[in-house]
Amino acid sequence: MADETKPGVSRRELLKRAGLAGAALTIPASALPGEAPPNAEAPHKGVPYEQAPRREPLENLTAAESDLLEAICARIVPTDATGPGAREARAAHYIDRALGGALASSRPAYTAGFAAFERYCRSSRGAPFLELSERDQDSVLIDVETGSATGFTSSSGAFFGMVRTHTLQGMFGDPYYGGNANFVGWDLIGYPGVRTNVTIDDQRLGAKVAPNHRSAYDYEMFTKASARLISKDHTHGD
Amino acid sequence: MATRLKETDVVVVGLGAAGGVAVLPLTQAGLDVVGLEAGTWLTKRDFAPDEIRNNVRDWPQSVQKAQQEVPTHRVNAKANTTRGGSHPMMNAVGGTTLHYWAQSWRLNPWDFKVVSETTRRYGASRVPAGSTVEDWPFGLDELEPYYDKVEYEVGVSGQAGNVKGAIDTRGNIFEGPRQRPYPMPPLRSTGFIDLMAAAARGLGWHPFAGPAAINSRTYQNRSACMYHGFCNKGGCHVDAKNSPSVTTIPRAQETGRLKVVTRAHVTSIDTDNQGKVTGVTYVTDGQEFIQPAKVVLLASYTYENSRLLLLSKSKAFPNGLSNNHGQVGRHYLSHAQGGSVTALFPFDINAWYGLPAQGVAVDNFADDNFDHGALDYVGGGNLWVMSDRRPIAAASMGTFGKTPSWGAEWKAFIKQNADRSNTSYLQKTTLPYEGNFLDLDPVVKDPLGFPVCRITADYKDNERRINAATQDKMIQWYKAAGAIATQANPLGTMGPTTHAYGGTRMGRNPETNVVNQWGFSHEAPNLGVLGASVMGTSGARNPTLTVQALAWRTAEYLTKNWKRVSS
Repeated sequence: MADETKPGVSRRELLKRAGLAGAALTIPASALPGEAPPNAEAPHKGVPYEQAPRREPLENLTAAESDLLEAICARIVPTDATGPGAREARAAHYIDRALGGALASSRPAYTAGFAAFERYCRSSRGAPFLELSERDQDSVLIDVETGSATGFTSSSGAFFGMVRTHTLQGMFGDPYYGGNANFVGWDLIGYPGVRTNVTIDDQRLGAKVAPNHRSAYDYEMFTKASARLISKDHTHGD
Repeated sequence: MATRLKETDVVVVGLGAAGGVAVLPLTQAGLDVVGLEAGTWLTKRDFAPDEIRNNVRDWPQSVQKAQQEVPTHRVNAKANTTRGGSHPMMNAVGGTTLHYWAQSWRLNPWDFKVVSETTRRYGASRVPAGSTVEDWPFGLDELEPYYDKVEYEVGVSGQAGNVKGAIDTRGNIFEGPRQRPYPMPPLRSTGFIDLMAAAARGLGWHPFAGPAAINSRTYQNRSACMYHGFCNKGGCHVDAKNSPSVTTIPRAQETGRLKVVTRAHVTSIDTDNQGKVTGVTYVTDGQEFIQPAKVVLLASYTYENSRLLLLSKSKAFPNGLSNNHGQVGRHYLSHAQGGSVTALFPFDINAWYGLPAQGVAVDNFADDNFDHGALDYVGGGNLWVMSDRRPIAAASMGTFGKTPSWGAEWKAFIKQNADRSNTSYLQKTTLPYEGNFLDLDPVVKDPLGFPVCRITADYKDNERRINAATQDKMIQWYKAAGAIATQANPLGTMGPTTHAYGGTRMGRNPETNVVNQWGFSHEAPNLGVLGASVMGTSGARNPTLTVQALAWRTAEYLTKNWKRVSS
């Protein structure tokens, strides 16, 4: 979490340059998700990715919830010298879409969790999450992760665990579901992609299998019907 | 008002691993069979290589009847009862063999004779206190012809280790004698699997490729395996996984004597006042049907086998069918499948593809393959290392305490290490105990209003000691192969699992067993039970091939003794 050691400009610095840092501090403390000001989405820090990726139309989250989720996801899988992060993968988009389907049962936990998250930021750090430096954002997230953040319905750790799990699904899952855009998640960890036939050479030690950048549903033979049928909310477990 | 259908010779409840195999010998012998299956037909087009759908969202299990009946669990009769979100099994023609790992082991000779062999070698006091374990009513030699039959009819790949007593060190030197080799060579190896096998040999152990009901070459006109990496909780996109849905069931249909009824939710097995089974009642789309039959073979999963018997109360069986001795639900056990070990290597192991059945086994520390004289337990564990990984699971790897679980340091860690981690699969002996059993949950009901199955079970000292010893061996193996970090994962407890045994145990004594040595009820002779629910011991390996061999044997017994059993 050592932001200072990373190359590039700090988020606070960017905010200053954009003339937003001071202005943001004037936002009333009552501005909960759903009431965030325009332009609240800060430019993200990223060496190879100067431009924030295009944001898709929201399907379930409010604009302010989406801004907050984007910011949290971006700290869980930051954009840095090792490559694109959750922003570029559109992990938050995956979650937004899934909240209307397979993750619908998690919607109340997100709604309550976002509100508690922002309340905790304001009470403990004196500002909304989006206005904190990356270092302060990370320290808030550590509080939430370890369960020491107050004001959450169950435990803040459960909220963090849920967001992290879903962020990883959006970062590393099949792009069919709206995340892992341009296969950036699979490229990050070196997964060479969905294949329907793997050779003996592909399984040798030291083999370099070129990424094929294909979704399961780029293969015509598979029906998508069952992918849409799912109505369960479940954590990963093989 | 229930619709009464025309009587058939045999009704098979459930067309999964067990029922799906039994229908072939039955129909080939000329019997008319109705197969009732709660699920539907699925085909290879349904089996997309999709980790989110299959593994994250449990698609195989999420759309079927079983999901409405997830058993509850408590560790003992005084503990709180909990209920997880997912049933481990699926309903479909072929059942869980659609998404299983297809590891198709024969039990070792010891597994049939735990009591007598333990007593002979170490003394009677070494059978763990409180265990209700019995010797099976027969030994491996009795089951061998049926193992052989299923290996060839269904199609199992593997390397024999003991053909008629001739030991072949390429296979499992601890297996009992077999009459001939497997019909197909084992699934191929990988670079990482070769590395692990060499490390095991370096330790003086005997590594070998495990058996799998997956085609290593074209078999019965179906494709060889494509090793694409989505076998785990996924069906096969080229029909190389030998589920009964592509093997024995279609062949039984070709006889013209098997009627497959899908989406049939069986609610009771019916009996007359004399205690003779008359057929079953099932529901489809809210409509009730009575399917009369001369013989009923109950072939649902372990939890449902006990539950359906307990729900089928009648004048002759006031406490549930075949339960006048109070044995239904008893002698429950489930494999200690938890307690794996995860390792970190200092180099890429290239395990992005493959399947759980593509791997290397070590059986030196399983069953009674080693001297327990100075130890404080009986039984042991089978060590299994495989090539099986998908990207979300890979990125969700533990960090061995080296970094936090998110943020920049974590991201750099998984970028480097996502292909450097491997988790072994360690299956360990579990014994039945007095306090481990299945019954009906007093509170939780399914959508039809019937109580779900309740599991009361936990591992005992013997299982915990095996777990610790087996994990130690696995850590030793990984380190010998160059691992720089290892992590022993928790054993957990005995909630719903894919390896559940007992509840309708097989044995000659009707005081302690539900079915006789042929698989037919001691109390209702025209009721047979198929599945791991009849098994009294688990061994240290996957149950399915044993389940299928037993199912074939029970079905064959029925065909040869038709008049006696059906009248």
